Amino acid sequence: MCGIVGLYLKNPALHDRLGEFFAPMLIEMTERGPDSAGIAIYREEPEVAAKVCAYSADTRIDWSAIARAMVDDLGIEVAVERNASHAVFRSPSPDADLRGWFERERPDLRIMSSGAALEIYKEVGLPATVLERFGIAGMQGSHAIGHTRMATESAVTTEGAHPFNTGDDLCLVHNGSLSNHNRLRDWLRRHAGLTFQTENDTEVAAAYLTWRLREGDSMETALEGALRDLDGFYTFAIGTRSGFSVLRDPIACKHAIMAETEDWVGMATEYRALARLPGVENARIWEPKPATVYTWGST
Amino acid sequence: MATLDLAELDIRTVNRRLQGRTGDPNESAFEVLHPMGRHTLAAGINRPIDVTIRGHVGYYCAGMNQQARVTVEGNAGVGVAENIMSGEVRVQGYASQSAGATGHGGLVVIEGDASARCGISIKGVDIVVGGSVGAMSGFMAQFGTLVVLGDAGADLGDSIYEARLYVRGKVESLGADCIEKEMRDEHRQQLAELLERAGMDARPEEFRRYGSARQLYNFKVGNIGYY
Repeated sequence: MCGIVGLYLKNPALHDRLGEFFAPMLIEMTERGPDSAGIAIYREEPEVAAKVCAYSADTRIDWSAIARAMVDDLGIEVAVERNASHAVFRSPSPDADLRGWFERERPDLRIMSSGAALEIYKEVGLPATVLERFGIAGMQGSHAIGHTRMATESAVTTEGAHPFNTGDDLCLVHNGSLSNHNRLRDWLRRHAGLTFQTENDTEVAAAYLTWRLREGDSMETALEGALRDLDGFYTFAIGTRSGFSVLRDPIACKHAIMAETEDWVGMATEYRALARLPGVENARIWEPKPATVYTWGST
Repeated sequence: MATLDLAELDIRTVNRRLQGRTGDPNESAFEVLHPMGRHTLAAGINRPIDVTIRGHVGYYCAGMNQQARVTVEGNAGVGVAENIMSGEVRVQGYASQSAGATGHGGLVVIEGDASARCGISIKGVDIVVGGSVGAMSGFMAQFGTLVVLGDAGADLGDSIYEARLYVRGKVESLGADCIEKEMRDEHRQQLAELLERAGMDARPEEFRRYGSARQLYNFKVGNIGYY
């Protein structure tokens, strides 16, 4: 099962209200995925050029000490902000390789996301609880995607929750299951040098896109490649720093519906998740076609 | 007309009332407000009432319908009028996948487009779509009719049995064992009647008919004595 939602605000005047619009969308998808929930929020912040969202199950972890170690090692400014089981590390240095530092120095910690604008929060539990824990409804930003999970291909853990982020500012949520993920993961590891944090099929799809984009593909071309190379059932919602995309497999048995107004584009597994968006009564509403790439913003 | 507001009532309360299990049994007309995309609305009705739903509905709206006339003033999610037995279900907007799936009788009218697998495995229902239908519509359709005023997506009528498919626009491709067939007087007459019942303005002469080549399924008429 699983439920996915995405909201891309075309009107910057609404950026302050992203979380307020987005949280009820995810809650509406609770019955489709009560195991865990995850939220990817894109927000540009003044004087922040690099961000990492990290997770630890240890409630006594000293995030400030980690930030100090990072400052000492990298010789850059780093600020840290704790948010429940997660912490966001922010730096004004555009070249700061925060993810690389974590992988080298603190492989015991889980990187949820890295990028300039992206922050990912995920936890086991009901969507309403997860949203509340991280204070998502109060967050501002340009776009967000979210996932409620009913697990099929791997265990119910915080790490196995979507969205998956495998390259800077790219993240992906998935409703469905991939059947060739093991072989493709192997291939991406050996031929493209990608690293994986889980055994999850969706992480492979995210890594595949990271690889294609790194090779110079546009998001549209990368997704056309995905149609050839990914085998299985899927509806994907994909976020990049300033863009939002949707793709369904050629059979399209995993549901999806979209709505668009002058102010926003919304995507969800079911219409009810869109039913409370402002102005939805006059939105253009349609079902994305099989094997067709939809994108907004620059990708 | 009785008004049932889903902003105040839950789906089961509304459905019980529509099914005549609660409330005045003589009530025959209902309007339902604030459906907000919720599922299984107006499912399982088996009495001659009129139901008007003011807004978009979720999955399996008016499923298993018998006798009732259900109108959705909006869009419908997956499986609208699934397994309809009789009566009429009308969607004024568009319908998601599998509209009218497995229906045995009655009439389903989609005024806008219907998505993939419209009329999958139908067993006698008549479906009229004012717009276009998505891929694999009429898949394994056994009996009944699918009329499409717009275009049909890929693999129309794949593995079809004895249902009739009429399409006015373009057909992207035909599925396995589905072929174009001659439009004879009986077909034009059937189509004219259906278009009239559906309230659609179109001329039967503009349509093409598709059906089974009868090469794929095993029920050869010549073998009837063996069954």
